[in-house]
Amino acid sequence: MEFSEHIKTANVEDVVLRQPLHPPGRGTLCITGHHLLFSDREEGSCRQVLLLLRNIDAIEKSGVCRLSGSSGTITIKCKDLRVLQLDIPGMEECLNIARSIETLSCLDSMSELYPFFYRPSSASLRDQWGLSSLERHYSQMKELHDRWRLSTVNRDFSVCPSYPQAVIVPKSTDDDMLEKVAKFRQGGRFPVLCYYHKKNGMVIMRSSQPLTGANRKHCREDEQLLQAVIDGSDKGYIIDTRSSQQALQARMTGGGLESKSCYSSWKRLQRQMERGKALQESLIKLVEACGEESNNMDRWLSKLENSKWLSHVQTALSTAGLLAECVERDGHSVLVHGSEGTDSTLLISTLAQLIMDPSCRTLEGFLTLLEREWVQAGHPFQQRCAHSAHSHARLQQESPVFLLLLDCVWQLWRQFPLALGFSEALLLRLATEAYASDYGTFLGNNQQERCALGVKENTHCLFQALLRPRERDCYSNPLYEHTELAIWPSVYPQSLQLWRGFFLRWTPQTHHLEEAQEEIRNMVIEWGKLALSSCPASTRRSEDVQNM
Amino acid sequence: MEHIRTPKVENVRLLDRSSGQRKASIGTLYLSATHTIFVENNPETRKESWVLHSMVSSVERTPTIPAGSQVILRCKDFRVFQILVPQERDCLDVHTSLVRLSRPEKYSELYCLSFNPNVNKEERQESWSFMDLTADYKRMGLPNNLWVSTAANSEYRVCETYPSELFVPKSATPPIIVGSARFRSRGRFPALSYFHQDTLAAVCRCSQPLSGFSGRCQEDEAMLQALMKANPGSDYIYVVDTRPKLNAMANRAAGKGYENEDHYTNIKLHFIGIENIHVMRSSQQKIIDVGEMRFPSMTDFLYGLENSGWLKHIKAILDAGLFIARAVADEGISVLVHCSDGWDRTAQACSVASILLDPYYRTIRGLMVLIERDWVSFGHKFSHRYGHLDGDPKEVSPVIDQFVECVWQLSEQFPCAFEFNERFLVAIHTHIYSCQYGTFLGNCQKERRDMRLGERTHSVWPELWKERAQYTNPLYRAEQSQSQGVLRPNTTPYCFKMWKGLYNHAEKSTPPRQSPADFLSTVREESQQLEEELANQQERIAALNGEPITWEKVLRRRTSRPRPPPLRAGPAVFYTDPTSSPAQEPPPPRRISLCSRPGVGSRRLLHCCLRGQRPLLWLEGGLFLQ
Repeated sequence: MEFSEHIKTANVEDVVLRQPLHPPGRGTLCITGHHLLFSDREEGSCRQVLLLLRNIDAIEKSGVCRLSGSSGTITIKCKDLRVLQLDIPGMEECLNIARSIETLSCLDSMSELYPFFYRPSSASLRDQWGLSSLERHYSQMKELHDRWRLSTVNRDFSVCPSYPQAVIVPKSTDDDMLEKVAKFRQGGRFPVLCYYHKKNGMVIMRSSQPLTGANRKHCREDEQLLQAVIDGSDKGYIIDTRSSQQALQARMTGGGLESKSCYSSWKRLQRQMERGKALQESLIKLVEACGEESNNMDRWLSKLENSKWLSHVQTALSTAGLLAECVERDGHSVLVHGSEGTDSTLLISTLAQLIMDPSCRTLEGFLTLLEREWVQAGHPFQQRCAHSAHSHARLQQESPVFLLLLDCVWQLWRQFPLALGFSEALLLRLATEAYASDYGTFLGNNQQERCALGVKENTHCLFQALLRPRERDCYSNPLYEHTELAIWPSVYPQSLQLWRGFFLRWTPQTHHLEEAQEEIRNMVIEWGKLALSSCPASTRRSEDVQNM
Repeated sequence: MEHIRTPKVENVRLLDRSSGQRKASIGTLYLSATHTIFVENNPETRKESWVLHSMVSSVERTPTIPAGSQVILRCKDFRVFQILVPQERDCLDVHTSLVRLSRPEKYSELYCLSFNPNVNKEERQESWSFMDLTADYKRMGLPNNLWVSTAANSEYRVCETYPSELFVPKSATPPIIVGSARFRSRGRFPALSYFHQDTLAAVCRCSQPLSGFSGRCQEDEAMLQALMKANPGSDYIYVVDTRPKLNAMANRAAGKGYENEDHYTNIKLHFIGIENIHVMRSSQQKIIDVGEMRFPSMTDFLYGLENSGWLKHIKAILDAGLFIARAVADEGISVLVHCSDGWDRTAQACSVASILLDPYYRTIRGLMVLIERDWVSFGHKFSHRYGHLDGDPKEVSPVIDQFVECVWQLSEQFPCAFEFNERFLVAIHTHIYSCQYGTFLGNCQKERRDMRLGERTHSVWPELWKERAQYTNPLYRAEQSQSQGVLRPNTTPYCFKMWKGLYNHAEKSTPPRQSPADFLSTVREESQQLEEELANQQERIAALNGEPITWEKVLRRRTSRPRPPPLRAGPAVFYTDPTSSPAQEPPPPRRISLCSRPGVGSRRLLHCCLRGQRPLLWLEGGLFLQ
């Protein structure tokens, strides 16, 4: 298919662009297969705006007919929550542009997406793709080798389509067993290791729900696998991210939960977390409340409450806290699942790792964690991030789980400004990239799809790009100080705040806060330099500053 | 001392809700003339908690249970202490004593008058001369050919609650002033609060006119005319009535009210709608309750926040200040501000406007000067509003709390614009209530003079100034664009937050669990030292290259400038609780986490801090692992 089919009008002159935080500009608008390009033709200015069409969530058209000729206005609402306005002379041009944007912003075929065409001069397709793999992860974790093994039972994605080719499982379970267990778990997502707590040898496992169904089937192999996990310990916990009622109801549709009789040494904890459509609606409500220019305090607070977004943040953090508590303080292994095991499950296992494991809290460590727990573990990015809060399209599989994760991480970052090695800018960048990206990292729903598309061979990797020296400067936290301790977040309502950097990103006030961040960065850099030049004893710290 | 029935009770249990302890500590309770003191029995820590009697806002006794009965102390800085006394008799005694001690009837019972530290006379006098309002007026460029100081109110003849020295327009003659004062509630005639040198516009304040439905007064009209003329560039002034219009209208029936635009030429009347002290009092109570909820859900919390209306009121005050600042800075129009008596809402609106208009008031010294001018000197009724003495509870209202919170909200929006930090604001808030110093005693300048407070007490300002190192915001840069000129805050509702540092006591040490500000202060201090060191070294190199330098010089420099301390001094101050008194020790480690590995030096302290963490909420739900 040719993109040009969809572009009737490629260029319009004399367009006025209005965007937040900038004065309106007049210039030329240009539509290409993947981008909207605006270049300012005003004297003394050479501003250009390059917007990925994929970033556009919704557009609204309105027209004015005047004697001097008609003109139209297109309001563009982006997935990064920016709202732009284009005043286009000529009604026909306006409609053509709108039509092109509508079609090109939600192309169905993944192979037509921009990452397959993005060829920056600074990188080559032969560069390393991704930061790590499970094979590498396993080989680095020597502690694991006694009791755990790397299984390639899923090498052709036939056992579980949403798992990567290699997974880590208890040594005592062989591949035949795994195949049987996979049949007993939704989507074949059998229990696999996701985190090993070095301090006490306890682990976090994750899976999907067991398919017990109405007649309470059970699976010997599944029970054996889990027993092998807690081998030598008195018990383990299962954290189910659904309420007891939801879990029981799931039996009607073939799902279910681990019964006490079959899994006697496992204690089940039900913690209901909102998912799917409800989460998406929550985001829509919040974004709507933030966009409203009302001056009424009561209205704002009641809309904020009504959106329930902060409640979801609270629930996610406290469930993750509970999980970390079981492992770190209580010293037991935990299995996490909800129903599919691709959303809330990943959310809390990721947060729990950030809380407990200092190696996840560096810039590199965090990106590796995301790669392992979200990209490789099969969070369906393509489905979840197809649309964001502005879209009028009928909701299908959209759900801002990843965004919720980033919000929770931001809350951690705010509560422990010295403990995390990355900056808020990184979280904002990831929030944008997950929805529309030049890179192939978040393409597709799982490794299988990515393999089929040749993502590795034909696109560039975001995580690698974020770690290049210039980006690293911007995305690292100048205040970072390594600590071995767990960072227990406070989940008290007053401790949690609206993530202004994201939700109110396009309001003028964030500017002052950014200035403050810049000031902090400069202070620390200045300090590092001075320390280096005048006090040799302090080089240790200065090196840290340089390495960040 | 005669009010203390039982000076010492042993084996009591203290639950300090403000520090979020989960388990009560056992110890001894002492009642002194000035403090309630609890000393822990634990021989290792012997932790002491001191509560000044004047900081206690209420004492409550719960019904007796087998373990004893409880006394609950609620403090004016929103701390809450629960004390379990085993014997009912003792409990009754403690309760009765505290009720009496916390409600002094005479000024002489207050801490600053009853407790006399042995300092010499000169030192005391010096402490009062620290604050010089004349110097501030001078800084604004006063007196000049538009505004002059008037002697009309010397000896408080015209207005008892005004200061003796005031600035009025040059053309306002004493008869005009006296006439205008007669037509204004409590004689509070229009006087200058702030003069903006860039535009020559001024912020003036007064009380409501006694106009009723049809009253008028030539002198008052002449006074407003004089205000306008004192601003050469303008042909009208704004009269800002900070009350809701309905309240202002209702006042007309009582012979008061607001300016009739038909009688006053060239005024533009503007109503803001800040609620009265009674609404504010109950609103604050509601927000305190929100802070005290034990296990609120997000919904409970946000609903409680909305229901309290507190942020709405804060926003109204900030809006009032913003309106005035814009009129003065952008339009160059003078503003006359009043409410009913001109000592509550007027003080709020004028002082917020000054903060927005003038960077000086965003410095440590500047904020002190501002409070001294717009609040202390202009007769804000501190003793009534903050319940210094046992009196009419309807007079009590958190008026200055709201001003202090407005400043905090602004500092959240402009992190680099203020020289001081949150701790400074909290310290000021505490001292307004504590009566440890004479600064905020009484209800007006005349009362303070009559009480001879200058001879009998100390001023709080030099004490705060001495401690300024810990009140400094490390991000402040006087020369930065954010710090200069007029502040233009966004007052959209989403810009306001609940001030956790002041109200949240159920979980005070969070967040941030780690304080970047303290870290940065250390960074900044060290940078300065290093810079000096560097300049020093360069000087030496230059000297060595040029003229020979004597060894004595080098040696002297070495001794006068010690090497900077080890660089990681930062974490030693992480997690310090801004509201706890410096005497209090950090909470002892409660639970040894599995990962604790003693490090070295400051790092070790960081570990301790992390270990001494608060209980976790998912645990406190009592569902799990208890």
